[in-house]
Amino acid sequence: MVITLGHYLAVASVLFTLGILGIFLNRKNVIVILMCVELMLLSVNINLVAFSAFQGNIVGQIFAMLVLTVAAAEAAIGLAILVVYFRNRGTIAVEDINSMKG
Amino acid sequence: MDLAVKLIVLLPLVAAAIAGLFCRVIGDRPAQIVTSAALLIAAALSIFVFTRIGFGPDTLKLVVVKISPWISSGTLEIDWSLRVDTLTAVMLIVVTVVSSMVHIYSIGYMADDTSIPRFMAYLSLFTFFMLMLVTSDNLVQLFFGWEGVGLASYLLIGFWYDRPAANAAAIKAFIVNRVGDFGFALGIFAVWVLTGSVMYDDIFAKASELAQMRLVFLGMDLNALTVTCLLLFVGAMGKSAQFGLHTWLPDAMEGPTPVSALIHAATMVTAGVFMVARLSPLFALSPTASAVVTLVGAATAFFAATIGLTQFDIKRVVAYSTCSQLGYMFFACGVGAYSAAMFHLMTHAFFKALLFLGSGSVINCLHHEQDMRKMGGVREKAPHTFIVMWIGTLALSGIGIPFILGEGVGFAGFYSKDAMLEAAYGVHTSVGVIAYWLGVIAAFMTAFYSTRVMFMTFYGKYRGDHHTWDHAHESPVVMLIPLYVLAAGATLSGYVAYDWFVGADWADFWGKSIAVETTREVIHHLHETPVWVKVMPLIFALAGIALSWLYYIGMPELPARTVAAFPRIHRFFFNKWYFDELYDWLFVKPALMIGRFFWKKGDGAVIDGLGPDGIAARSLNMAGALGRFQSGYLYHYAFVMLVGVAGLVTYFMLVMR
Repeated sequence: MVITLGHYLAVASVLFTLGILGIFLNRKNVIVILMCVELMLLSVNINLVAFSAFQGNIVGQIFAMLVLTVAAAEAAIGLAILVVYFRNRGTIAVEDINSMKG
Repeated sequence: MDLAVKLIVLLPLVAAAIAGLFCRVIGDRPAQIVTSAALLIAAALSIFVFTRIGFGPDTLKLVVVKISPWISSGTLEIDWSLRVDTLTAVMLIVVTVVSSMVHIYSIGYMADDTSIPRFMAYLSLFTFFMLMLVTSDNLVQLFFGWEGVGLASYLLIGFWYDRPAANAAAIKAFIVNRVGDFGFALGIFAVWVLTGSVMYDDIFAKASELAQMRLVFLGMDLNALTVTCLLLFVGAMGKSAQFGLHTWLPDAMEGPTPVSALIHAATMVTAGVFMVARLSPLFALSPTASAVVTLVGAATAFFAATIGLTQFDIKRVVAYSTCSQLGYMFFACGVGAYSAAMFHLMTHAFFKALLFLGSGSVINCLHHEQDMRKMGGVREKAPHTFIVMWIGTLALSGIGIPFILGEGVGFAGFYSKDAMLEAAYGVHTSVGVIAYWLGVIAAFMTAFYSTRVMFMTFYGKYRGDHHTWDHAHESPVVMLIPLYVLAAGATLSGYVAYDWFVGADWADFWGKSIAVETTREVIHHLHETPVWVKVMPLIFALAGIALSWLYYIGMPELPARTVAAFPRIHRFFFNKWYFDELYDWLFVKPALMIGRFFWKKGDGAVIDGLGPDGIAARSLNMAGALGRFQSGYLYHYAFVMLVGVAGLVTYFMLVMR
């Protein structure tokens, strides 16, 4: 079986959709939301690398490395915020984070 | 001469400024001294100016002092200037003499008041405006003085501002005068449109042209001069409290009594008569306007006298008497006897100021009691007031002995009232004869009600409570001196001035200050009236006094029986012909209704409802609706962001490709 660009894109879109659904269906934990965001970024990375490989253009892979870096930084900051938030509020349950309610 | 004129006009202003602006610094006594001294100097200078102008050579009959330019706009050139001719000189004497006497009297009358400097400042300010009015040489400056005296009148009627009745009376006087002033202003505009000038000299030069011109007013094509004169006369009616616009004058008695004497008897209310006399070259050329002036004057003379018969407030009787006497002056102007009208204006100023100040003395004596039903027998307590009040009453009634020493000997009113009535009869027009008979009947009523005041106040037994009686006292000397000065005026002014005003010397005396031709004709007629015309007013006046004696001394039960016999007529007169009720129903109530409608519906419902309140309420609604989008849940925001991103991407893919 020949793996075509379409397969890569299909995997990436499935991963992306999982990420979105994970954000909305999850009612429990903010960490899950963070993980879902990571998942979406990774699916985008798959797209970038796949296009790069099929077009023979290295720029896409370099860009993927950049995204990984940003994702790592984002995870670090996001987790740090969560820790602070937990210290202040004593909970990181999604239902309880609604202080912006109008 | 120029300096004297300037000083006469400006001294009261300076005194008013000193007393009014520095009242807290200088205190009561200096304020009284400054204002009274300024007025006394002005009065002395006025007498000097009067003698120079009234009896000087023809070249000196008119003095015009330019002070400064005032308005210069296009072809409209108006100066501040003081124009003094005989007519003005007479008014200068009247205003400054009466005003200075009232100033001195006020020192005694207002001694217990808490704001004496303010009172003195207002009085002096009034005098200044009145002098501006009489010395104006154009209609606009006349209007300036006219409004100024209205302002001073408002301030002085409402002087006791803690009394609601005084405030209401002040506002009423101001508003009723606005009605008249509206007509006056329209008249000035008409003069400006028709002649292109507001200077007296220019207007009078074009008077005969005006009589030929037409003017479209309220859609009607009318004689320009008649319309102009009638509009100006509306102003005079308001200021001089003539029939229809008189309602403010009796209420104005809420002010302190010296104010009533100065403003509402001697000077301000005569401004209308002065204005008609000043513009006599116009009025003389319009027979229609003159007839209206005559009829309004005669009607006022009659109707105010009927009301005076029934009132019990001593000041109101005198106030209605003033109204009635002003009516006399107007019908004299209407028939063309301008000099007779000015003659009565002068004598009236003396004896009516005397009557008011005398009433003030009685009121002061009885601790501010004004109701004549609670007076009586006051002559024991106030003998000086008693004497001067009799002089004033006899002068007002026009009592004298005819046919001796030329024109007869009598009190001031005897000469002036007879001159006016003879003139009215002498012109032999139907309105003149109507005016004559109304005037004669009014003379009967005048004598009746003025002696009624005397009998009810000074004779019989005291009817108030004995506590007041025990403390009743004659007024201090500072009040009695002005009374005696004015009494001298009321006694002698008629005899002395008869020849100057309407007698043999009138032409030399008046010069060109009033409509000469008309006056010449009327004065000619005046001296040719039959004997019964001359005697009739006197007979009626004596009959009035006799009847009054019978009613209030001879048979004291008669008044009550008369009232019982004619209840309707009495009620009609007693309620002042229901004018206040009529105006209340016709103007005040509808005005209040319109006001309430605009307040509740217009302002409250429409402007507030749609405007500030409405917009605020709608934004609150919007904010409530939008606020519900803010659930506060993280995933909702994230979802919205994603939808947004998806939307943007779709847009770019489909549209921007």
